[in-house]
Amino acid sequence: MTTTRRDLLTTAVTAAGAALTPRIADAQQRTQADDHDHQVMPSDPALRTKALESVLVAKGLVDRAALDALVDAYEHQIGPRNGARVVARAWVDDAYKRRLLSNATGAIAELGYGGEEGEQMVVVENTARVHNLIVCTLCSCYPWPVLGLPPVWYKSAAYRSRSVIDPRGLLKELGLELSPEVEVRVWDSTAEVRYLVLPQRPTGTEKMSESQLAALVTRDAMVGIAQVSVSPEVRA
Amino acid sequence: MNGIHDMGGMQDMGPVRPEKNEPVFHAEWERRVFAMSEAIDGDWPEGAGRYQKELIPPAEYLRMSYYERWLRGLAELLVKSGMVTQTELESGIAEGGNTKGRKVLRASEVRPTIAAGFPSTSTVPAVAKFHVGEHVRARNINPTAHTRLPRYARGKLGTIERDHGVFLFNDSEAQGLGDKPQHLYSVRFAARELWGSGAPDGDSVHLDLWDDHLEPA
Repeated sequence: MTTTRRDLLTTAVTAAGAALTPRIADAQQRTQADDHDHQVMPSDPALRTKALESVLVAKGLVDRAALDALVDAYEHQIGPRNGARVVARAWVDDAYKRRLLSNATGAIAELGYGGEEGEQMVVVENTARVHNLIVCTLCSCYPWPVLGLPPVWYKSAAYRSRSVIDPRGLLKELGLELSPEVEVRVWDSTAEVRYLVLPQRPTGTEKMSESQLAALVTRDAMVGIAQVSVSPEVRA
Repeated sequence: MNGIHDMGGMQDMGPVRPEKNEPVFHAEWERRVFAMSEAIDGDWPEGAGRYQKELIPPAEYLRMSYYERWLRGLAELLVKSGMVTQTELESGIAEGGNTKGRKVLRASEVRPTIAAGFPSTSTVPAVAKFHVGEHVRARNINPTAHTRLPRYARGKLGTIERDHGVFLFNDSEAQGLGDKPQHLYSVRFAARELWGSGAPDGDSVHLDLWDDHLEPA
């Protein structure tokens, strides 16, 4: 394996981080794994988390059942299938689509979605001439009610840094090569407004039902790193 | 603050690698950190959680995983606010600390709380300083505390595309300096204005910026 500049950068960063904490072994383990931000977690955060939870519960500051309910909500109930239903409705109902593009928060609420991290929504439409891409360069802002919690790549330094300066190069690496004729609009979620991409409806889906259409819509397409295809390779 | 969190436009951060069939959480402790951060009625201003993560030293910030940053931020706020002591964090045994008057989220309240959200719009009337279609310049400021104006847009020319209405001003709020409600706009910056003549003509980056971030062009 050749050493890339990325490897050198990672090594330097790791060394700096290790100097600040005694977790050298953990840091080494992390660089040897893949480049993902999550990595195989050392036991340290797990132990610290356990200690913190014990203290907060004992002090009556959090209720364990409420923690379980929060996890359940975002792990099993609130996710990209919500957004897919919004997209499919817009594809089959022009009046809904107009409401979605002019008052996204209200139109999304019509389908029963809304609330935390989606209090103020804006939906941007992909067309044959315009491609939209959502990012949060400063942190990890993401429309929770319609997409759930953000995936690791969305929160990664790689995505946050590059999406605004080289969206076309980034998309090409991810398998989406856009024609120079297509205008790219990147939406950096710097405030409390949250964005969702309305992807283009693929051709050949004219006879599909709304629920069949919803099944085609991926999370990645609603962030803008992919398009919707009739037989998506990955359904995120 | 010109911190490492302000990453827009940096280069050589490596490839973007979506994980196939990615789970929502990658470890049990991530679930608990997420849930505790959501559930706690912290004795700190709205937005301070995010600011606290920005204060993690850059080398550590880059090395840490996302939820490690959440854990660090939460623990530091709890100690700073006096709700939990450092000794308690280390031992896992509750001893003292000021927990008076804190509201405890119950399981039955979780879904209603999520559904209600935490709107940051304001009903306080504020006069819009700019109008749709107006050319503006993002101010060239370098605040040493929390700001939602990324470095890559400072000093750049843009156009107001949408007035979102009156919002609480996070820059001020996160530091406990008050809401300072003011108009928030979607501002379009041409990619060439941000990145130079090598950027594709017609491409753009849109940022949500408040009145205090902008000046007439």
